[in-house]
Amino acid sequence: MNSISTMITTTTSTTKAATMSESKISARNVQVFYGEKHALRDVNIEIRPRSVTAFIGPSGCGKSTFLRCLNRMNDTIASCRVEGSIGIDGENIYDPKVDPVQLRAKVGMVFQKPNPFPKSIYENVAYGPRIHGLARKKSDLDDIVASALQKAGLWNEVKDRLQESGTGLSGGQQQRLCIARAVAVSPEIILMDEPCSALDPIATAKVEELIHELRSNYTIVIVTHSMQQAARVSQRTAMFHLGLLVEENDTDKMFTNPDDQRTQDYIMGRFG
Amino acid sequence: MTDITAAGIPPAETQKKSLLTLDDRTRRRNAAEMRFRMMGKIGVLIGILALVGLLTSILSNGLSSFQQTFITLDIHLDPARLDKSGNRNPEEIAKVTTFGYAPLIEKALSEAMTAKGILGNGVTVKAAAELISKEAPADLRNYVIADPQSIGQTVSFKLLAAGRIDGYYKGRVTMESAKLDRNISPEQLLLADKLKSAGLLTTKFNWSFFTAPDASDTRPEAAGLGVAIIGSLYMMLIVLVLSLPIGVAASIYLEEFAPQNKFTDLIEVNIANLAAVPSVVFGILGLAIFINFAGMPQSAPVVGGLVLTLMTLPTIIIATRAAFKSVPPSIRDAALGVGASKMQAIFHHVLPLAMPGVLTGTIIGLARALGETAPLLLIGMVAFVREYPAGPPDGFFDPASALPVQVYNWTQRGDPAFIERASGAIIVLLIFLITMNMVAIILRSRFERRW
Ligand SMILES: Nc1ncnc2c1ncn2[C@@H]1O[C@H](COP(=O)(O)OP(=O)(O)OP(=O)(O)O)[C@@H](O)[C@H]1O
Ligand SMILES: [Mg+2]
Repeated sequence: MNSISTMITTTTSTTKAATMSESKISARNVQVFYGEKHALRDVNIEIRPRSVTAFIGPSGCGKSTFLRCLNRMNDTIASCRVEGSIGIDGENIYDPKVDPVQLRAKVGMVFQKPNPFPKSIYENVAYGPRIHGLARKKSDLDDIVASALQKAGLWNEVKDRLQESGTGLSGGQQQRLCIARAVAVSPEIILMDEPCSALDPIATAKVEELIHELRSNYTIVIVTHSMQQAARVSQRTAMFHLGLLVEENDTDKMFTNPDDQRTQDYIMGRFG
Repeated sequence: MTDITAAGIPPAETQKKSLLTLDDRTRRRNAAEMRFRMMGKIGVLIGILALVGLLTSILSNGLSSFQQTFITLDIHLDPARLDKSGNRNPEEIAKVTTFGYAPLIEKALSEAMTAKGILGNGVTVKAAAELISKEAPADLRNYVIADPQSIGQTVSFKLLAAGRIDGYYKGRVTMESAKLDRNISPEQLLLADKLKSAGLLTTKFNWSFFTAPDASDTRPEAAGLGVAIIGSLYMMLIVLVLSLPIGVAASIYLEEFAPQNKFTDLIEVNIANLAAVPSVVFGILGLAIFINFAGMPQSAPVVGGLVLTLMTLPTIIIATRAAFKSVPPSIRDAALGVGASKMQAIFHHVLPLAMPGVLTGTIIGLARALGETAPLLLIGMVAFVREYPAGPPDGFFDPASALPVQVYNWTQRGDPAFIERASGAIIVLLIFLITMNMVAIILRSRFERRW
């Protein structure tokens, strides 16, 4: 399973990341292989705290792959191999001493398709805090669940039916439930892989609004196929193409006057 | 894209076709579908007919084994015969063999006949006593040994009628067949009819069929499934306790943790092969390893249970792995995403979702094990066992029989009464299987309702 060979490429990387106090996440020379396939080439990026960073790019360019590197979800894929280093708060998460389970409590994830547990709404949100021992008493747990659902903007819709199945909610509600579930373990970073691709425009608007609110407390990285969405929710945007990080820039600049020709072409809809 | 469509296929309006008439393609397609449906229906029908045929033949042969003919007599437990010294010493009483009890029954029968005014019509008292099972004196003796204080009293007993008499009332024995039969004469049958009209001879529900041990060839009326049922229950217990945890643990490891390499592929192929190995082979293995090498006792449920466990494991592993595979990976991702460890993700989320499949697999495996005969023959479970095994766990090492083996055994006996018993045993076996399936269904719905 653990075919990930971890390499700390440069001894200076950690100190360098620490000095750049601006960035929450700093990736250095990240290479990802699926077996023989070289999916990501030499990605370097700094992601700022308490802001939204959007990943855009044509299908198959490696956005999800890179996102999954940030909480080591790639560990679950047997053929996947990651090289380089990714620092979070100056600590390399691919250091052999790091336990990915502990890491994932700090870096939450919301998936493309809403995937609530086939359990009650309450259980969905309470599961994370419970396994991490965040609540001593039942009442503490109740508070955590309520506040997570409030943060996810779902509280008013479900407060009277917390014991009903999470899978019985609508798609948009399910996705917000998944966000509540991620928020409940008090992560510092939330990764979202196309969180709105299965939702209708109204549900999408709600999730976007939610992302907007969450930004003040969390570092958010979102993969999206919608330029408008990237423009609406993010402060920084990173453009991937064929496994390369082509450009990373302020969102405003990116969508008005990108530095790279490929970004320009992609935004104009010439490929992808 | 649009260009190609426009050039290649003419616009819809130019193909002038009414929706009200079927074109050739549609008609052929519909005919093919009809044929397929017919074939399916025929298949289902054949299946149902086979099932109905099987059930009617078993039920018509076997249901009568749940009824048994009894002769009720008031027997004076004569102290002069049973306890000559008169001190009710159990050891002395135990010295009186069944031969000492037979005259008591004879006497009680002739007294009852006199009282009811039934004439022997040339049937001697000794011949009249042949209407009663040879098992009856033994039953009487067990009663007295269990309760020595009853000596001297007159007690009403429900005694088994002889196998031929029982057969007479179940249509197996007729006047014609009795003429040729050394064991019974037409006169004895006439006497039985008289006893019946006098109310001494009755047909009642046969509890002893479920509780009594097997009986010798000459006493089919006394043969019961007691030891076989206990043996089968013990074996099922062993199979369940061993194969469920081992099977599930092995599947979880193989499915979720084991690295994907040549070695695990090899293991996988071999598990599939093991599932297809004929059960006799497991019997030989059990004989060689558990009995000859490990020195475990023959005919013991523990050996049977171990052999059946080996046989059931591949089935359970394959079913469990399939159940694990069918759980959507998004559930695993969700659990890992909130920081659950792999094991937590599996035990909190994947296993509960896979549980219905695991249970079904286990019950199917158990049901197969319950009906398995061949390997048990090889490890000596076919022995004639009259003694009940002790309670668990000691009883696991005592000789016992098993339901399917008992069926096999009874079909080998000469007396046609044993065929009835065998069919009755099959019914009991089927009831066990149906009960197990019901339990599976109930457990499954219980697990599903939780979400
Ligand atoms: N589990 C895997 N095994 C092998 N190759 C994979 C695996 N997952 C992704 N890839 C390959 O890695 C490359 C990047 O895939 P990735 O899923 O990161 O793309 P993406 O940018 O998220 O695309 P999309 O926008 O369609 O989601 C693709 O070429 C893909 O085929
Ligand atoms: Mg993707």
